[in-house]
Amino acid sequence: MLIHTMFPASRYSIQAQRCIRALKTVKADHAPPQLYTWRWKCSSAVTPRITSHYTICPRDKDPRWEGVEMERFADEADVVIVGGGPAGLSAAIRLKQLANEQEKDLRVCLVEKASQIGAHTLSGACLEPSALNELFSDWKERGAPLNTPVTEDVFSLLTKKYRIPVPMLPGLPMNNHGNYIVRLGHFVRWLGEQAEELGVEIYPGYAAAEVLFHEDGSVKGIATNDVGIAKDGSPKDVFERGMELHAKVTLFGEGCHGHLAKQLYRQFNLRENCEPQTYAIGLKEVWLIDEKKWRPGRVEHSVGWPLNRNTYGGSFLYHLNEGEPLVALGFVVGLDYTNPYLSPFREFQRWKHHPFIAKTLEGGNRIAYGARALNEGGYQCLPKVTFPGGMLIGCSPGFMNVPKIKGTHTAMKSGMLAAEAIFPKVTAKDLASETAGLHVPEYEDNLKKSWIWKELYSVRNIRPSFHNYFGLYGGMVYTGVFYWILRGKEPWTLKHAGLDSAQLRPAKECTAIEYPKPDGKLSFDLLSSVALSGTNHEGDQPPHLTLKDDSVPVANNLAIYDGPEQRFCPAGVYEYVPLETGEGMRLQINAQNCVHCKTCDIKDPSQNINWVVPEGSGGPAYNGM
Amino acid sequence: MSRVLVGVKRVIDYAVKIRVKPDHSGVVTDGVKHSMNPFCEIAVEEAVKLKEKKFIKEVVAVSCGPTQVTETIRTALAMGCDRGIHVEVSGKDYEAMGPLQIAKIFAALAKKEEASLVILGKQAIDDDCNQTGQMTAALLDWPQGTFASEVTIDGEKVKVVREIDGGLETIKISMPAVLTADLRLNTPRYATLPNIMKAKKKKIANMKPADLGVDMVSRVEVLRVDEPPTRLAGVKVETVDDLVAKLKANGTI
Repeated sequence: MLIHTMFPASRYSIQAQRCIRALKTVKADHAPPQLYTWRWKCSSAVTPRITSHYTICPRDKDPRWEGVEMERFADEADVVIVGGGPAGLSAAIRLKQLANEQEKDLRVCLVEKASQIGAHTLSGACLEPSALNELFSDWKERGAPLNTPVTEDVFSLLTKKYRIPVPMLPGLPMNNHGNYIVRLGHFVRWLGEQAEELGVEIYPGYAAAEVLFHEDGSVKGIATNDVGIAKDGSPKDVFERGMELHAKVTLFGEGCHGHLAKQLYRQFNLRENCEPQTYAIGLKEVWLIDEKKWRPGRVEHSVGWPLNRNTYGGSFLYHLNEGEPLVALGFVVGLDYTNPYLSPFREFQRWKHHPFIAKTLEGGNRIAYGARALNEGGYQCLPKVTFPGGMLIGCSPGFMNVPKIKGTHTAMKSGMLAAEAIFPKVTAKDLASETAGLHVPEYEDNLKKSWIWKELYSVRNIRPSFHNYFGLYGGMVYTGVFYWILRGKEPWTLKHAGLDSAQLRPAKECTAIEYPKPDGKLSFDLLSSVALSGTNHEGDQPPHLTLKDDSVPVANNLAIYDGPEQRFCPAGVYEYVPLETGEGMRLQINAQNCVHCKTCDIKDPSQNINWVVPEGSGGPAYNGM
Repeated sequence: MSRVLVGVKRVIDYAVKIRVKPDHSGVVTDGVKHSMNPFCEIAVEEAVKLKEKKFIKEVVAVSCGPTQVTETIRTALAMGCDRGIHVEVSGKDYEAMGPLQIAKIFAALAKKEEASLVILGKQAIDDDCNQTGQMTAALLDWPQGTFASEVTIDGEKVKVVREIDGGLETIKISMPAVLTADLRLNTPRYATLPNIMKAKKKKIANMKPADLGVDMVSRVEVLRVDEPPTRLAGVKVETVDDLVAKLKANGTI
């Protein structure tokens, strides 16, 4: 047949041949809007085009971009910071504090993809005020929103119906005496206000989309996102190029699994001497509960049900003390789980039905929802954090203390150490540098001498200790024996299990999990939850969940793992839907729902999904999460 | 024709889920994501387009409210307005502020600034009043071109194509006039970062309603705010008789 001579290498099913013939007879202007591409590696099915982002489909050869002005406006600063979270803001504040003390001029610019500082911040959270005390000894007078000192600390091992209390001995890492329950989004907003007062230029609503390099390979700065590109990748009338911000040093504080950091790891080979990072996904809700059940300052953690002993995870429930009877609660699942049928969102929803949790939530109202990935690797997974022209701060390299379930204090301290290392170099009269972008290896030295390093070293073996036959129980025993007694002084360092994305077992080897239907009072469905996150993106833009190869989801993820992205995405971005033109499925990406948690980039077994930043100010609209 | 006044309102972002305050006095606004009213963005875009076509010399962005509205004025400046006016209203006055008070402020400013056109969004997405433009025109005794989907300046007159229930109506009004922008008037441009940086250098004048001789007293009192009732599931019936029986049973007929 004619088709076999034109495309001899492929084997087409009868349906596909009919489809191809039908397309050939359709006139160009009546053709269906989707572009169909044929992949040689792929099967007999036709794959509709999904990805149109310029990072996958370059614009220099694209005829639609001919003659479009691509010149960018550039500006110079002394230091540019990517990310307005605790690390980025602490670094900015520290730089300006030093500049004001020593009466030096320093231009510090901070770009943040959220529409306002704090809108993409999500955490438990129990804040250890150590770093804050160092940054602002007068934080109370300045009105920092640390309103809820921890008054009781409860740890439970849950079974399906019962609860086994675990004593919170002083000295255990998750003991919270002296800490504060905070709404981290509000704390970050306050940090933003302090930074602006000190003279930091903060630009929310502008995402850093590209790293810029000098000719010698050092980092020159960043470029913000282009705007006005249509969903199919073509320029709209309102197209405008992003702006370039050049700096002597660029700090990358994108939080857990940043997309620019991913690029920098490859560019500068920063991960050659450490283990691959391992992650967890944290889902969180805020509830307004019945006043009679409200116990401000109470911290509850649990492990066990509904997860089995070999799936790392647990829950938190914190009673806030800010006027209204609010509780912040959530569930964390380690992303090294093996069963592709597991849905972290649905585990979270069914956990709320446990009698010990349900009794607090009954009669209450859910008012917020969100999710974010977090680091679990600790000491073994710390990469090299400095490179010519820049450095990594905060959860991006990953300083979270996993058993303590806290990473904010270490993130802030890393930002402050970065600032202290950069300041003398950036304000030096004679800047003698080998590279055009400043290299500041003193930052890494300072980190190693600081309490961050000591802390992470002492807890380094707790998380990996879960990788044994007894799973959770083995881990708890290890923590009790080696941490509580020896404080991490044991001479060995355990290893993690490897890349999270490689841990999934094929679907046929696993059993599907029967999740209960949401009851609308304690547990809820995914879409109503996503609506509560306030997330939204400009609809007419290329999906920012880009696929390196559009055919891989159906060929690999669906075929072997039954499409785990439908289950691990906490926002319902990924759906496998039947093809309009006959048999087979296709992946539908609902990019507008994305809450920027980064779980898909981490857990995709094919590592085919590459999360890139969408147009600035898109994403969730968290308020005090 | 020299000057255009554009009104911009800071409202809760359209994608955010609204929550009623526990005391039912209003909705929660603290910390909630706000942005410029979409119809105000269209109004700003139209004014900037008129300036680019050289029909007018200066675009002044005006907003009324507490300090946070200066962010909204900055966005308007970044889109191309020349200067801003922040009319400070806060506390109880801000909560009670409605179309009539705004209209009085705009009328006073239009006279003070000798504006040839006042361009507003047709309505705000938080109160959906659709009154401010019309009231402003009445107070000034100026012609009004509301629900504009096309605006053309023709000498001393303005041709406005209006979107009305029956279709499109074209009117010609003389300047000075008040226009309100409807959805299809234009596609607003993005406020890019270089323009935001430049906008920091543009002036925003500060004033109070009293400076304009406007009394902010509201004759409207909000008694209570409630969530809309949860939508009940529909009921399917098999025959027309069933339908009639059900309607009779719940007292509708």
